[in-house]
Formats: sequence, structure tokens, C-alpha cells
Amino acid sequence: MLLRASRRPGGAPESALTTLLALVTAWLAIGLAGLIRPRSLEFAGRALFVAGAVVGLLLAIVAAMSIALPAESVVLPIGLPDLPVHLRRDALSSVFLFLLGSASVGISLFAAGYFRSGEGTLPGVLCLEYHLFLAAMAMVLLADDAYAFMVAWETMALSSYFLVTTQHRIPEIRRAGFLYLLIAHVGAIAILLAFGILQGGSWQFTFDAMRGAQLPPIWAFAAFALALFGFGAKAGLVPMHVWLPEAHPAAPSPVSALMSGVMLKTAIYGMLRITFDLIGTPTWWWGLIPLGLGLFTALYGVIFAATQSDMKRLLAYSSIENIGILFTGIGLAIVFHGVGMDAMAALALIAVLYHAINHAFMKSLLFLSTGAVLHATGERNLGHLGGLIHRMPWVAWLTLVGVLAIAGLPPLNGFVSEWLLLQAFLLAHEVPKPFVNMLLPLGAALLVLSAALAGYVMVKFYGIVFLGQPREAALHDAHDASVLERVGLVWLAAGCVLLGLLPAQIVPMLAGVVADLGINASAAVTSAQSWWMLAPLPARSISYAPLVFTLAVVSAVLVTVLVGRLVYRRRTRRADPWDCGYERINPRMQDTAEGFGQPIRHLFQPFFAMDRELPSPFDRAPRYRVVVFDRLWRLLYLPIERIVQRAANAVSVLQQGRISAYLLYSFVTLIVLLASVL
Amino acid sequence: MNWLNWLDQFIEVLVALAAAPLLLGWVNMCRAWLQNRSAPSLLQPYRGIRKLLHKDAVLAHNASSLFRIAPYIIFGTMVAAAAMIPMLGTRLPFTAAADAIALVGLFAAARMFLSLAAMDVGTAFGTLGARREMMVGFLAEPTLLMVIFVASLMTATTALPLIAENLAAAQLAIHPSLLFTAVAFAMVMLAENARIPVDNPATHLELTMIHEAMLLEYSARHLALMEWAAALKLFNYACIGLALFVPWGLASNGDPIRLGLAIVLLAGKLAVIGAGLALIETLSAKLRVFRAPEFLATAFLLAVLGLLVRLLQVAR
Repeated sequence: MLLRASRRPGGAPESALTTLLALVTAWLAIGLAGLIRPRSLEFAGRALFVAGAVVGLLLAIVAAMSIALPAESVVLPIGLPDLPVHLRRDALSSVFLFLLGSASVGISLFAAGYFRSGEGTLPGVLCLEYHLFLAAMAMVLLADDAYAFMVAWETMALSSYFLVTTQHRIPEIRRAGFLYLLIAHVGAIAILLAFGILQGGSWQFTFDAMRGAQLPPIWAFAAFALALFGFGAKAGLVPMHVWLPEAHPAAPSPVSALMSGVMLKTAIYGMLRITFDLIGTPTWWWGLIPLGLGLFTALYGVIFAATQSDMKRLLAYSSIENIGILFTGIGLAIVFHGVGMDAMAALALIAVLYHAINHAFMKSLLFLSTGAVLHATGERNLGHLGGLIHRMPWVAWLTLVGVLAIAGLPPLNGFVSEWLLLQAFLLAHEVPKPFVNMLLPLGAALLVLSAALAGYVMVKFYGIVFLGQPREAALHDAHDASVLERVGLVWLAAGCVLLGLLPAQIVPMLAGVVADLGINASAAVTSAQSWWMLAPLPARSISYAPLVFTLAVVSAVLVTVLVGRLVYRRRTRRADPWDCGYERINPRMQDTAEGFGQPIRHLFQPFFAMDRELPSPFDRAPRYRVVVFDRLWRLLYLPIERIVQRAANAVSVLQQGRISAYLLYSFVTLIVLLASVL
Repeated sequence: MNWLNWLDQFIEVLVALAAAPLLLGWVNMCRAWLQNRSAPSLLQPYRGIRKLLHKDAVLAHNASSLFRIAPYIIFGTMVAAAAMIPMLGTRLPFTAAADAIALVGLFAAARMFLSLAAMDVGTAFGTLGARREMMVGFLAEPTLLMVIFVASLMTATTALPLIAENLAAAQLAIHPSLLFTAVAFAMVMLAENARIPVDNPATHLELTMIHEAMLLEYSARHLALMEWAAALKLFNYACIGLALFVPWGLASNGDPIRLGLAIVLLAGKLAVIGAGLALIETLSAKLRVFRAPEFLATAFLLAVLGLLVRLLQVAR
């Protein structure tokens, strides 16, 4: 009984799952190979990462081709006796495996050019951790029983913890790593409890048993709430978001990219898996919880992103925003599905899946470009950057693609998913529930507001890092990214463009995934849809054809350029910028990151706890300082910490340090046990 | 007649391109009359553009290529936006490719490029203008989208020509939700086109300017394109407003006579809008920049209120 594959009815070929498992094993092997010559940067830090990228590419191809195939499962007799590992690949797994594989290609290629010797962990160990992380994420997506899922989930958390603390000699990074580990585990406990409820008294922890279990509504809701808490903690749903802005800046940039771009999506996967597959029939009002939390998270994340002055923290908060958008979509889908409006539920879920893939590409791209900037300048603080478009044109122009995409501008990918989600929101007034049908469309207002704020954040990020004059003299020596790094960035930027231009190809595939989750998606993709035009929901005449749209905009721009060439016959010369009659302009006259965030701080004051130091008019050396805190730290986390501390103090009374006291404890325990037994 | 529709589309873009500076000239003229000044010629904006096209372009030493291509991109997006808005007819083939949400996205793209270009040279004014522009934008964009959503809820589509067609065909009735959104839209239109009370197109006073601050480094052909794009943006906004709130009289097929009629009607409507704009600008005072978000937040809340009223109506 080496490999007992169980065929599902229909007798589909097993090849896809087996191939995927072989590729995951290849990742593990690459990771272990790093230990052969752990100190060699050329071998462990370069060659193996490129090999990892190739495996990622193959994984993405196999996963993409297997989306339309029927589900297949396999039981591997590894692990504890009588507890074999159940694995299953269905359409949902395939989509997320595609996300993992395709985003990891760019990230691994970039990483191959990124890691330098003498920075914290040895290259070989880093290579092991990195590929273990990748393999663990793939196993999370393939797991078909609670044990396998939790083992993969924990491996993912631990390997990423070690990756975050690559520079473990710096105390802040150790602290950030600890915070991450703590919240990851609090979340894991909740997920474990959710599985405990889902088995429904059968004590069978395979997902198949959970699908079959009939839970009373209250217990089903408890499982849903625990899953929301657990996966929300992993994904960064407010108020469990605090680890993101700490861990992302601490981690090396490819790791931040992998965590933000891919790992957060495993939580989305888990949420979808439990809600739509294992529970199966969510009640409509459950959806209001992720919907409300998601909208709040989106707004919260983007407002904080606008006030950050560390570029990786800014991106971390932007990830929180996008997680909010994803949970909003999930909530909307649950509401629609619960009231039987399956076409709209399918539309919302397609938007969620699409946005998950989009975010994987654009956020990885942005995190990697901060890595390139960090290497070129040694600076993460926006206040010390500027003007890098002249020194690092490759990074700057590729980052521009990511910036425009994440701001949700057509014709790039961010727009497509937001368009789909807004179209779903526009139908929310048809939900046959009083009050809810009125409040739901207002969610669209919040969603649009956070999307518009994302544009603000991205102008701040891009404008201050890449445009303007260099704020430090050292920036004049900044160098562009290496060739491998560029290839990685180009891959991700190309993904952003293609995902934006080809939604008409991708949406039907995602509709198949949604149908696989038991939601009737046939109405979401209509016959009006052609290879170049996206036209969901036949009852409404809505359509979007990015290819035509792009062609029109590009040709309008080109005609303008051409006519300009023909009409305009004058010279172009260079001069100093206009100096308003003062002697000279220096870089310090530009807006700072703090200055750029000022309107947001002013407008959304209740969100922030601010520590401000204003100069008085009589100061000889005026100093202005502002630190923006997350209010939730003080409202939620510090009280919890105090309670834990107090409980620990109370318990520590028992700890006497004298052997006689401990013997007494044992004796009393024994007596009590005997007394209760007899 | 498919090709006729495309011809219609083409004529519409040409009309927008040609007439946009005229609308700006008309607004300036009305403003001068209202303020008891002698008015500049109606053609003054064209003369300004022609003058700029006859000058040498001056670029700052550290201007990047982003700075140079931004005017073309902004102008191109505004032209493309003109193609999506039903100005003369409602049979616009291009709108199947891009609906009102894409239109708002296109405006957002133009705004983002404008702000980035303003930050490129790295002067105090440029960055200041960019920040203020984005501040206005992040409130104006959702308001505009909410306004469109209300109309879209009434017509079950997000394609602007279909919205206009359905609204025009509907029974003439005063919809309270449309009243709210009309006010919100007017406020957004003022803010997005750098008009008083949010910004003043006629001043270079550093404490108050937004749009002009971003253009300070531009000259010659780049500036001409920027100015023209700004005029086109005003024209586009006016036409969105007409399509949503006064949708009557649009040609529903490519019939040349009806098209001619539609052009005349459009000129009449725009003349009224221009005069109204001049009146608002004359009667109101420029807000402090800090107050601009409050102005826009009011607009946003009005639009949301319009949405709520609409939903209440449906629920009843």
C-alpha cells in the first residue's frame, strides 16, 4: 500500500495531482540541496532559487491546466500510524496553486539576484526555509483532512517566521517575528477549534466527513466564526492586523512579497474552503460579519497606509486594505448565496478570486521594488529617498505598472476585480431582506472611497520614492536592479498587464471554480461574452472590453504624439526649474512623506492616536515630529497584555523555588485524584 | 447601420475636441460680464493654445521622461473619455468596451499622471499641488461614482448611453434622489475642474492654487496639451451632467438631421451650464484649502443620501 489513490466517480486521470505533488517534492529537494553548500551564495543563493522559479512555473502551468478537470484525491500513508495524509485537488485548490506558482516565479527570480552574503542567515539555510515555505503553502492548498491542513499550516507559519527573522541580530526584528508567531498561533488555535466543530461528532477529521456532517445551525455558525477569526488573523483582518506592519518591514523583501502576495491568500483559500465547501450552506446573515469587517479593514488599512513614512510599512497597510476588499467580497457572496441569488454570489466570488490573483502580482511587484530600492540606497524611510527614476529606470518604470494597477486604474488588473465587485454591489439592493438591502449598497460607497484613497497612497509612495529630487546626497550613487531582479520584476509587471487585458479569458475559468463550490455560476458568464469582452449578468447590460479600451486610449495618445510632431516645429531646451524668485531650490523644499499624509491625518483624525511635537515660534532650532499610532494597540492589545501579565503573576505565586513546596503540590494532587476516583 | 454608429462616435469626439476650449471661453466671457469687466473674446482659449504651440519648450534639468509623456497621456485619456459620454447620440459603439465605472477610472488615471508629473521636478509647488489634487480627488472620485450608481440603479446598467436613454424614456417625474445627486455632481464638477470655491483657475497665488501649481513647470506644447485637456475635462464633466440629469434630445440613431439637431441642442445646454458655472463662481468665495475636504465630504454625503433615498423608494 504505497500509494492508494482513490478514484472519484467519473474516473478522471490522476496525473495532475501526482504531478503537482512531484513539483512540491522538487521544491523540498531544492531546499534541502541548499544545505550541501550552505555558505555558497552562487549555489544556494542563486542557482537553487532559479531552479525554484522553474518549479514554480511548472506548478503554475499544471495548476492552470487542471482547473477545469474534475477533482481528484489521494491518500498517502505518511505521518502517524492510522492517520494517513489525505490530499485532494479541486478547482479551488488549482486556482490558488496557480496563484502560488505564478507569483513565486517572479519572486524567486528576484530573490536569486537579491540575497547578499553576510546578511543574517546563511544562504543555504535561507534557501531551505524559503522552499519549505513554498512547499508548505502548496500543501495547505492540497490538504484534505484537518491534520494535514494544520501540519502544513504550522509549517508555513514556522518557516515564514524564520524567514522574517533572517536578520535576527536586530532586536526589533526579533520582536516583530515574535508578534507574528504569536498572532499566527492564536489564529491557528481558532482554526483547529473550527475543525473540531466541523467533524460534527463523527471524529473523522477528513474534509469528506466534514462535508457530510449535518451541523445544527448554531454550531455551524460557531465554526464559521472561529474560521473567520483564525483566517482573519492570518490575513490581517482588523483588529488582528497588527503583525503585518511589523513583520513585513522586518522580513527581506522577497519574503515580504511572498508573505503579502501569496501567504495571505492561503487564508482567503481557507475561508472559502470552510465556508462554501465544508459548511456548504452558509446562512445569509453570516455574510454581514465579513462584509462589515472587510469594509472597515479596507478603509482602516488605506488610511494608515497614507500616513506611513516607511515604504514597507506603507505597503503592509495597503495589503491590509486589499485583504479588507477580499473579505468584503466573501461576505457579499455569502449574503447573495444565502438568499438564493446565485448569479450575483458567483460574480462576487469571481471578483474575490480575481482580486486575490491580482493582488499576488501587484503587491509582490511593489514589495520587490522596495527591496531593489533598499539595496540600492540602504534606506526604507521615504524621508531619505527621492528622484530614483533617474538612477533606477528599470525599477521605477516597472513599479509604475504596479502602482497604477493597485490604484485600480484601467486597463490594468486591479480595475477588473474592482469592477466586478462593484457590479455585484450594485445588485445588492435586490436582496429580499429589509434594511439590509438598503445598507448593502452603501458598502459600495466605502469600497469606492478606499479604492480612491489607494490612489492617494500610491501617488505618495511612487512620487516620494522615485520622483522629485534626491533627498540625500548618497542617492546619486544608487544603482539599478541586477539582471535577475529585473527579470523577476518584468514577470510580475507583465502579469499585472495581462490579467488586466484578458479578463474575458480568465473569468470563465474562475466561474468554473465557483460552480465547483456549489454556486450556480452559469448566469454570471453569459453568451454575450466573447473572447474580447467581459459581459456578466445578461439581465443587465454591463460590459467591459479592456482590449478595445486600451487600444482606444493608446491610439488617442499616439495620435496626439504624432500630430504634435507634425504641428510643432520648435525646439526643446533644458533649464533650471522655476525658483519663484528665490536663490535656489533645494530638495528639502519638496513635500515630505509626513506632509503628504497630512490631509489624511487631518480628515480621519478619530482613527489615529498621534504623538506630535510642534516647534514654538521662538525656537532656535525648530523641530517637528509626529508619530502616528494605531489606536487599537492601546484599546485592545495593551489591555490583553496586562491581563495576561496579571494572570501570570497570579500563577507565579505557586512557584516557590523550594523542593518541599513542589513535593507538597504532588502529594495534594495525588490525594485529590485518589479521593475523586475512590 | 454599424458604420454609421462609428461615424457618429467619431463626430462626437471631434466635436468635443473642437468645442472644449469654446466652452471655457464662454465661461470666462460670462464671468467677465457678471463681474462688470470687458469680456475676452470667445476664442481666447484657442489663441492661448496657438500661442503656446509657437514657443520653445523649456524642461527642468531633472525632469524625467514621465514628465514629458504625461501631457500626452492626460490628453489622450480625456479624448478617450469623450468617446464614452453620450454627447450627441446614444448609439455609441465604444461604450460597450468601457462603461461609466471605466470612465471614472480613466479620470482617476489622468489625475494620477498629473500628480505624478507635478512631483517629478521636485519643486515645492509641484508637490504641494499634487498633494492637494489627490486630496480633492480621493473624495471627488467616489462621489462621482455614487452619482453614477444612483442613475445606474434606476436603469439597471452602468453604460452611460443606456443610462441616458433609459432616463430620457422614463416618465417625467421629479426624483428626489436625482436632485440630491445633481447637487453632489455640481459640487464635484466644480472641485474636479479647479473652479471656485475649491480652486481658482485665474490665480497663481501660492496659498490657494491646486491645478495651476501642478502646471508651473510646463511650457509650450506640453502646457498647451495640459490646458486643452483641462478644457476637455470640463466639457466631459458638463456632458456627463447633461446625460444624467437632462438626457432629452440625444439622437438615438445615426440620422444626420437628428445629429445636427443634437449638436444645436447640446450647444444650447452647454451655454446654460457655462453661464451657471460663471454665476456660481462669481457668487461664491474661494474656500481655504483646509475647508475643501469638508466641501467634498458634503458632496459625498449628498450622493450617498441620494442613493439611500433611491433605495427607500424602491423598498417602499
